[in-house]
Amino acid sequence: MSAAESMDSEIDRSNMKVSANEVAIDILGMNKWYADFHVLRDINLRVMKGERIVIAGPSGSGKSTLIRCINRLEEHQKGKIIVDGIELTNDLKRIDEVRREVGMVFQHFNLFPHLTILQNLTLAPIWVRGTPKAEAEETAMHYLERVKIPEQAAKFPGQLSGGQQQRVAIARSLCMNPKIMLFDEPTSALDPEMVKEVLEVMISLAESGMTMLCVTHEMGFARQVANRVIFMDQGQIIEQNEPEAFFHSPQHERTKLFLSQILH
Amino acid sequence: MSTDNGIFYIRETEAERLPPPGRSTGVVYWLRANLFSSISNTILTIVTVLFLFWLLPLVYNFLIGKAVFTGTMDDCRVETFGACWVFVARRVNFMLYAFYPIDQYWRPNLVFFILLALVIPLLMPKVPFKLANLIAFLVVFPIVAFILLVGGVFGLEHVPTEKWGGLMLTLVISVVGVCGSFPIGILLALGRRSNLPIFKTLSILTIELWRAVPLITVLFMASVMLPLFVPQGFTVDKLLRAMIGVTIFYGAYMAETIRGGLQALPRGQYEAASALGLNYWKSMIFVVLPQALKFVIPGIVGNFISLVKDTSLVSIIGLFDLLNAINAAGSDAEWASPTKAFTGYAFAIGVFFVLCFSLSRYAKYMEDRLNTGHKR
Repeated sequence: MSAAESMDSEIDRSNMKVSANEVAIDILGMNKWYADFHVLRDINLRVMKGERIVIAGPSGSGKSTLIRCINRLEEHQKGKIIVDGIELTNDLKRIDEVRREVGMVFQHFNLFPHLTILQNLTLAPIWVRGTPKAEAEETAMHYLERVKIPEQAAKFPGQLSGGQQQRVAIARSLCMNPKIMLFDEPTSALDPEMVKEVLEVMISLAESGMTMLCVTHEMGFARQVANRVIFMDQGQIIEQNEPEAFFHSPQHERTKLFLSQILH
Repeated sequence: MSTDNGIFYIRETEAERLPPPGRSTGVVYWLRANLFSSISNTILTIVTVLFLFWLLPLVYNFLIGKAVFTGTMDDCRVETFGACWVFVARRVNFMLYAFYPIDQYWRPNLVFFILLALVIPLLMPKVPFKLANLIAFLVVFPIVAFILLVGGVFGLEHVPTEKWGGLMLTLVISVVGVCGSFPIGILLALGRRSNLPIFKTLSILTIELWRAVPLITVLFMASVMLPLFVPQGFTVDKLLRAMIGVTIFYGAYMAETIRGGLQALPRGQYEAASALGLNYWKSMIFVVLPQALKFVIPGIVGNFISLVKDTSLVSIIGLFDLLNAINAAGSDAEWASPTKAFTGYAFAIGVFFVLCFSLSRYAKYMEDRLNTGHKR
């Protein structure tokens, strides 16, 4: 169906192991309102280390808001979110601690246009982690090679294609050596031809055993890579299952309707 | 090959790559494209040319043609309408330094050259040691300049600020105002967008209060009212009060300009910086401000230019800035001549134009340089 489908055979599952006892993210009875509007309703979700979760659902269902709560770009009003053993409260120090360990990739890349690609990648390691410049640049080049664009290091983001920018954005997050990666519709703003190159990078990241939460409409990616698909509607998690079961025997009427619309 | 009506046109062979159309340059082409492209444009061009034919000779005759360059003031009193450059030449010291002691002129001169030596490399992007240069300019230079200009230590004669004046005073107020109002503006702008109610309220109050009064009122307040509020026998230098007034006044304007830049920055930039774990100040310094300030360079420079020009308002509280010094320079009957005042003002126009136009050109250069091609 999508670009990821054709790459099924190449996926190397040897490092994709879900931990049985190490919890990466724990969300307990979480609620969020935008003024009077109840966007997230009683969310309970436990993500184990090494899980690859795809969050699907119609637009406005709260899936982006959910993952943006995990690194506190959005504040929740009720319930608990514990990331890597740290509970998210108003304590700014803890929030920064969490953000250091959680990488995020945005729909619109959000690279820093005034910095070169290399500077985009080294900014946070140097100023947040205190990594020496030379070492940070070495790491940056390593990840640029991993996303297959080392030759663009000296350019500015505005000179790159959308797909290249998104790969740089992924590399930028990886330079912080995160334990968890959040993807907020990473391919939605890309031309179909560029979706594939970004998905390839995401697949190779999954192969390396990274804990990933992806909000995406790439159902092919979900099938191949995810170990769990979560379906959200109107701010609630209404169904979750392994991809095979999720796609072939959805339980909820809303899920059936959604899948019938996007799978053609 | 196309079909019947061209609607279903499909190319069957590869199209040849053609050279680009010839570049349209040349004087005649330029004239036609810019000056005579339509009837109304042609009329405008002709009217403008006629106007210039009338104006330029007048200006030329006044400034150069009929002007008196050498001789004595008596030569200026003959019945022609030309500039009296003799007056400017003879009184130039007063216009530059006012009442600063003549034998101490080397001190403001030295400060001026140190200023140039620090600012010029600072403004040239390719010169290295930017941080050291910046520290020298913002920390060391003010101290050195203060000691040199005021004196009273190291065997330097004490020169009270009442004796300062002329272009020197204008430059002192301008440099202090520009260097002071910029950081104040940044802090007020950030404060106004802060989530902490106390900073937000204080910033809004400061900005709105200072923007709501005219600069002249601020200066009057500083010079007349302020001494009434401070304890007896405690005086703050009048020049210092004026400088603080000008600085905060323009800081408030700067804040609103910079806030415009902060608001123009997409939210994604703030979010990406946060998501990488950069704290508030680091994300402001490395991500937000470089971009936000770049957006508003035209506005910031506009503020700088009005600041430089508004320094002449300090004359109303009795300070002798360039304009006031030029006025005072000719007040004695010895300098009476029909065109003395016009000549003085022409000189003032020239000096202010050089100052403000260089600011504007430098800003243009920086804008082009900072354009990293993300505007498509």
